[in-house]
Amino acid sequence: MTTTGIPAPTARRSSATARRRPKHERQGAAWVFLSPWVLGATVLTLLPMAVSLYLSFTDYDLFNPPHWVGLRNYAQMFTEDPRYWRSVLTTLTYVVIAVPLQLALALAVALALKGMKRGKAFYRSAFYAPSLLGASMSVALVWRAVFNDGGTVDHLLGTGGWVNEPGWSLLAVALLTVWQFGAPVVIFLAGLQQIPAELYEAAAVDGVGKWRQFVSVTVPMLSPVLFFNLVLQTIQAFQVFTPAFAISAGKGGPADSTLVYTLYLYDRGFVASHMGYASAMAWVLLIVIGAVTAVLFRTSRTWVFYASEGER
Amino acid sequence: MTTTAPPRNRVARGRIALHAGCLAALLVMLYPLAWLLATSLKPANEVIASLDLLPSHLEWSNYSTALDGVNGVSIWRLLGNSLLIAGGAVFGNVFSCSLAAYAFARLRFRMRRPLFAFMIATIMLPHHAVLIPQYIIFNKLGLVNTYWPLILPKFLATEAFFVFLIVQFMRGLPRELEEAARIDGCGPFRSFFSIVLPLTRPALITTAIFTFIWTWNDFFTQLIYLFDPDKFTLTLALRSFVDASSQSSFGPMFAMSVIALLPIVLFFLAFQRFLVEGMASSGLKG
Repeated sequence: MTTTGIPAPTARRSSATARRRPKHERQGAAWVFLSPWVLGATVLTLLPMAVSLYLSFTDYDLFNPPHWVGLRNYAQMFTEDPRYWRSVLTTLTYVVIAVPLQLALALAVALALKGMKRGKAFYRSAFYAPSLLGASMSVALVWRAVFNDGGTVDHLLGTGGWVNEPGWSLLAVALLTVWQFGAPVVIFLAGLQQIPAELYEAAAVDGVGKWRQFVSVTVPMLSPVLFFNLVLQTIQAFQVFTPAFAISAGKGGPADSTLVYTLYLYDRGFVASHMGYASAMAWVLLIVIGAVTAVLFRTSRTWVFYASEGER
Repeated sequence: MTTTAPPRNRVARGRIALHAGCLAALLVMLYPLAWLLATSLKPANEVIASLDLLPSHLEWSNYSTALDGVNGVSIWRLLGNSLLIAGGAVFGNVFSCSLAAYAFARLRFRMRRPLFAFMIATIMLPHHAVLIPQYIIFNKLGLVNTYWPLILPKFLATEAFFVFLIVQFMRGLPRELEEAARIDGCGPFRSFFSIVLPLTRPALITTAIFTFIWTWNDFFTQLIYLFDPDKFTLTLALRSFVDASSQSSFGPMFAMSVIALLPIVLFFLAFQRFLVEGMASSGLKG
């Protein structure tokens, strides 16, 4: 489109298009509009990515020049650092608990609200509110108190304080994430509204029951939205930080049970000043998130249905 | 709707059950917030001792203690710092993201497709991949422990989410308006400022509100970049309670938590339509 040197496509253009101003002038304007983004993408994204890759092969403490150590950071991470593996396991457990639970709950609530005539807007807003508040330190502190020894959960369930119990503390963090299921509810509701009513009417005429309607109409029609939410929530779950920090006073305890990946990265980089090691951790995170996203996209071919593709 | 429609009273009963279920779920969900509000008004000896949500008497002194602030820094100072950062971020994001979005949505230039694809890809990029070098850059510039690392990136459209949101919105605007303007001799800058930008207002408001709330809630970036107590934001000041929280300081601590949440609650109440619609149309997370 922008190859001004080739005359053939321009010759076929209508006279209205030919009257346009010279193309390069508009190109210049485009780059002016883009300049903040270009600067940011270069200096704050691309360059830092390259630098962090380089630093991941060095020893660097921020004060002395980086010292090349080859693959030692990676070797140390994978073979000599049990806390690293602990943080990997903790994060994976958290992702596997929090993401499906949150999405399942969101889908159930969206389905319940879908057909509602009165009160839908109210419920939608009310369920959504925690999604905005839940990311705050304030709510994380509430969470710690409610799940602490002598807190509400202890009183109600008699399970003791989850926050001090290595077997339960991560679940408390995950529940704070699940509590924010209102955001996907809103997206699911928008998706459900896009499904043409004729599909349900046709199914009802054929005498199809509620469950079959859900499996054969709702799920396939909603699958792009479901997929979108799954990818987004998974990527975000891998980067969870604030609730784990608040619940464990920044230490990842008890017994490293809430030492999520980013908390350990923060600890190595900004508390222990091992910037090279933290960079290596960041690159592994980048690769893992990329790989998980790629796998999700690949499997999506088998279950995500795009109406525009027609019959599959 | 169909011939097999259940009798009317069964439908009504189903509807009542549905509302009852939703209200019950809401009560469970809102409990932590009610607990926060109640605890912020409880005298010290009642915080843990009883399950009762309501305090025996309202302990307003929790709030006056909270107003005194943390580490000798008054809460007004903390509030001002938070507002300054959030305000700068809002201005920066609306400015830079709308410029970039206009280029992607409306202008033709070399490399448009690959650059757009790259912009979308950065939405998925984990922040940690660029965090350490960014920190080093700001450190070399002598800007650590200032607000620049928190505000400057927003002026460079680093939050691709919002660029994408505005692009999507601009693509929905009729092209005829700009084409008519162009025939009248209106260049891309005039047509951006006088025609496209005013029409994009809903997307810009959504961007502004989300930027405010996210920046207000942000903890990680502030934790890394700020360490003078008088430069702290409300969120960072609450952090001091993370380390040492004896139950005697519970009341003031949660009074301060309430104050820190207040702007978000107010934003939510004032703009919930924009927030919910913006979420639904873009898939932004809260």
